[in-house]
Amino acid sequence: MIFIIAFLVVVMLAGAIAACLFRDLLNAVIASCLVSLIASILFYFLQAPDVAMAEASIGAALVTAIFIIAIRRTERRE
Amino acid sequence: MRNLIGIVLILIVASGVFLCLDNIPFGASRENVGDFYNSSGVKQTGAVNMVTSVVLNYRGFDTLGEVTILFIASLGLGAVLSTVKTSSREETTPSSLILSTGCRFLFPFILLFGTYTFLHGHLTPGGGFQGGAIIASGFLLRYLGCPAKRTNPSLFVALESTGGLVFTLIGLLGLTLSGFFLFNFLPKGEANTLFSAGIIPVIYIAIGFKVGAELAGIIDGLIVKS
Repeated sequence: MIFIIAFLVVVMLAGAIAACLFRDLLNAVIASCLVSLIASILFYFLQAPDVAMAEASIGAALVTAIFIIAIRRTERRE
Repeated sequence: MRNLIGIVLILIVASGVFLCLDNIPFGASRENVGDFYNSSGVKQTGAVNMVTSVVLNYRGFDTLGEVTILFIASLGLGAVLSTVKTSSREETTPSSLILSTGCRFLFPFILLFGTYTFLHGHLTPGGGFQGGAIIASGFLLRYLGCPAKRTNPSLFVALESTGGLVFTLIGLLGLTLSGFFLFNFLPKGEANTLFSAGIIPVIYIAIGFKVGAELAGIIDGLIVKS
C-alpha cells in the first residue's frame, strides 16, 4: 500500500513539474489534469471519498476542458 | 544577487512554516469537536454520512456562502463573455455517427449517476456539489460530441435561481419555525434510509440542480461564445 502511494506521489510531482516546464500549453494542461487525477486517488486513500469525487469531476474533468477551450481560442505555444 | 536574496527569503519562510508545523502532532486527536460529530452526529442530524451532516447541518451557513461564491464566479464569467459578440457555432463540423450515438447513449446515464450522487448525499459519499459537477461533465460530453444539440441557456438560469431560492427559503423557514437559520425542522426519520435527515436531502437536491446548472451554463457560454 505504502509503495502504491509513494509511486503515485512521485508521478504527481513529475506531472506538476512537467506542467510548469512544458512550452506547449496543451501538454501542460494534460499534465495538470494528471496531477488532479492522482490527487483524487490520494484523497480516496486518505478516506475522504467526498473530496475525491469533487476533485475528480471538477479538477480533472471540467477545469481541463475549460483550459482546452481557452487554448483553442488563443495561442497554443507559450 | 536578486536570486540570492530570493533564495534567502524562501529559506526564512520555509523555516518559519517548519517551526509552526513542527509542534503539531499530526494524526493525534487534539480537538473534541471531531469526536463529538462522530459520536452524536447521526443522532442529532439523522445523516449517516458525517461529512454531509457537518456541511449542511452544523456548518450549513458556510455552505450557503460557498454556493454564493460559485454564483458570483459564474456571474462574472457571464459578464465577461457577454461582451463577445461573434458566434462560430454554425461553423462546427458535425461529428461522426459513432461519436454522436455514443454521446447520446452515455448522456442519460451520466445524468442518472449525478442525480444518484446528490439524492444519496446523506447516505453515501457525495452530495450536491459532486453530483452537480458530474451532471455538468455530462453536458460537456454532449456539447463536444453532438454540437448540434444545445440546451436553452435560460433553462440553466431558471434552474440556478430556483436552487438558490429553495436553499434560502428553507433556511428562512427554519428561522420562522424554530428561531434558527437553516434549522432542521422536518422529521429526521429512521437513519440510513432514503427519506431521513430532514431538510438535508431537500437542500442537497437544490444544491445539485444549482451547481449542475451553473457549471453547465459556464461550459455552454465558453463553447458557444468562443
